[in-house]
Amino acid sequence: MTATTTRPEPAARDRSARSLVDLVFRARELSLVLALAALVGGTAAVNPNFLSGQGVEDILLNTAILALLAVGQSMVVITRNLDLSVGSVVGLVAFVVGDALASGWGLVPGVVLGIAIGAACGLLNGLLVSFCRVPALVVTLGTLYVFQGVCHYVAAGRQINAVNLPPALLSLGNGAVLGVPYLPLITVVIMFAIGYYLRAYPSGREFYAIGSSPEAARLAGVPVRRRVLAAYLVSGCLAGLAGVLWLARFGTVVADSANGWELLVISAVVVGGVAITGGVGSVYGAALGALLLTVIGGALVVLRVNPFWQQAITGALLLIAISVDRVLALRVARLLRRRSRHG
Amino acid sequence: MRPMRLAALTAVLALGVAACGGTTKSSVTSAPAQPPASSAAAAADPDAPIKQGLKLAFLPKQINNPYMTIVAEAGAEAAGEFQGEAKEVGPSDASASSQISYINTLTQQGHDAILISANDPNAVCGPLQQARDKGIKIVSYDSDAAPECRDLFINQASSEEVGRSQVQLLAEMIGHKGEIAILSATANATNQNTWIEFMKDELTKAEYKDMELVKVAYGDDDDQKSFTETQGLLQAYPDLKGIISPTTVGVAAAARYISGSKYKGEVVLTGLGTPNQMRQFVKDGTVEKFALWNPKDLGYLASYAAAALVSGQITGAEGETFKAGKLGERTIGAKGEVILGPPFTFEASNIDDFDF
Repeated sequence: MTATTTRPEPAARDRSARSLVDLVFRARELSLVLALAALVGGTAAVNPNFLSGQGVEDILLNTAILALLAVGQSMVVITRNLDLSVGSVVGLVAFVVGDALASGWGLVPGVVLGIAIGAACGLLNGLLVSFCRVPALVVTLGTLYVFQGVCHYVAAGRQINAVNLPPALLSLGNGAVLGVPYLPLITVVIMFAIGYYLRAYPSGREFYAIGSSPEAARLAGVPVRRRVLAAYLVSGCLAGLAGVLWLARFGTVVADSANGWELLVISAVVVGGVAITGGVGSVYGAALGALLLTVIGGALVVLRVNPFWQQAITGALLLIAISVDRVLALRVARLLRRRSRHG
Repeated sequence: MRPMRLAALTAVLALGVAACGGTTKSSVTSAPAQPPASSAAAAADPDAPIKQGLKLAFLPKQINNPYMTIVAEAGAEAAGEFQGEAKEVGPSDASASSQISYINTLTQQGHDAILISANDPNAVCGPLQQARDKGIKIVSYDSDAAPECRDLFINQASSEEVGRSQVQLLAEMIGHKGEIAILSATANATNQNTWIEFMKDELTKAEYKDMELVKVAYGDDDDQKSFTETQGLLQAYPDLKGIISPTTVGVAAAARYISGSKYKGEVVLTGLGTPNQMRQFVKDGTVEKFALWNPKDLGYLASYAAAALVSGQITGAEGETFKAGKLGERTIGAKGEVILGPPFTFEASNIDDFDF
């Protein structure tokens, strides 16, 4: 899934090269699925409860919010940028929307408010990165603190309690339709929508072009600033939605919920095969990455392993993922070069 | 990352404080200075009457904290019973340095006693000593100051009582039988670990021979982590009958998870929580009973203790006793501590009497 859209090469050669690249990166998603299957199978063999109805529901519910954030984050990372502020946006939205709902707002206006706050945060990030040309790392590190500070100011030591939230919101957090919980359902729908857009629309492909080479994309007439802004906007909106879902799921919210989640989200994205250097990867991979990290966390608890290992394993996975990316990138580049020479 | 984030946060908070600080100062500046109320009687006279018109000041960790407000209001109520008056003043951020300026102001105003919940046991020590030099009695409550700079500490509950009563509470609900687990905060949390030691000790008694503690899990006072740990406990130990979560974050998260799962009604959950965060789960039947100390009683007792000190009924030495209104007679323990009593149990019938 690299940016191979605008190459006026002979069609046959282009197609074969493209399918090769696709195959390699499909392999990444495939290997994630295999790792997941092995992990789930192994854990279930030791403790069958892990795959009971409740067990599967737990896994899906635990993954939903992280996967939603990972989908938004991967759009930003694909354009060779980074959004460190997502955790703070989730915390801010969860509290503000919780406050609004507790004072009598309806569920729908509450969700709209949450997404609007997320959009405003994303817009600020996007404008600073794309138009003011400040490095994304610095901008979003700054906004991480700003959003968190705002949240602490608004919260002023208060806490949102489940009893003050409307029952409709609470049942959104753990209810289900036809046996499928709402939260993962929402995440899956959004994931497929964004995945399809990035893959099938010319403007979607431009996100990859920007990540592969910003300079080349600009020269090719891609509206780089607008696309980067859009990526941050989407990430912000999804973080806002995730904030509402967080509130629905946990019911009790203080000022610093989702504190530190930005790094977890980026881990999920990278483990899911989205290159941190941009231009490569898919939202499906990112969501799979989120699922894998969550399943590992759950499995270690069920297998009664010391929780210390959870962080160590997450770290090891990250290193493996990055090494595999590097090796694959070199292989693919060499293969492509050889093909075009012999073609 | 952590200290940096904290620093940035402090900066933002400082801005907030600058914007809305100083709200409580203006109301007290006009109070006339008084001579020290009692001549610091060297010997206690348990029969001395409580003096009339005592002026007490509650200095909480921070104002606008619902829990702290309840304590101080109950203190004022108690002061009303002995014809004194009590007020609450304090900083809007929970820092020791902001408390110090309030201590100095209260000292100049010549209050009879200052009741403080210290943000730092040592940092407030100097100013408190200056207040004591002027004959002002110092009573710490909720969070102690260094013992040498206060007369009394009103301890909300002894660690031993918290630990043992949690086991007793759960045992009663599961009929003294079955596997139980503990969902704690972080693995190195001092409070929780002390309580857990006492829980384990309580479990060695004969009456709990059919109860087995199978696991102590750590939710790190994080919602998601506490969720996952609760799920893991329930999956790994299918015969689990009860969970004790002696941390407010953990017990709320575990309750939220259980309320939406098939384990609701199967597994008994109890722990230490606040009524507001647990109300939903008591009402929907997920949790039958949980515990915490009663903050109203804490403020009430603190007021009476301060009055007894000022009136010369007690000096703060171990073994002295004083009468604390409706709470009855109290004895001062080691290191000048007065223990409020066993934790208070909240359940459906009384939870609506509390708002914190």
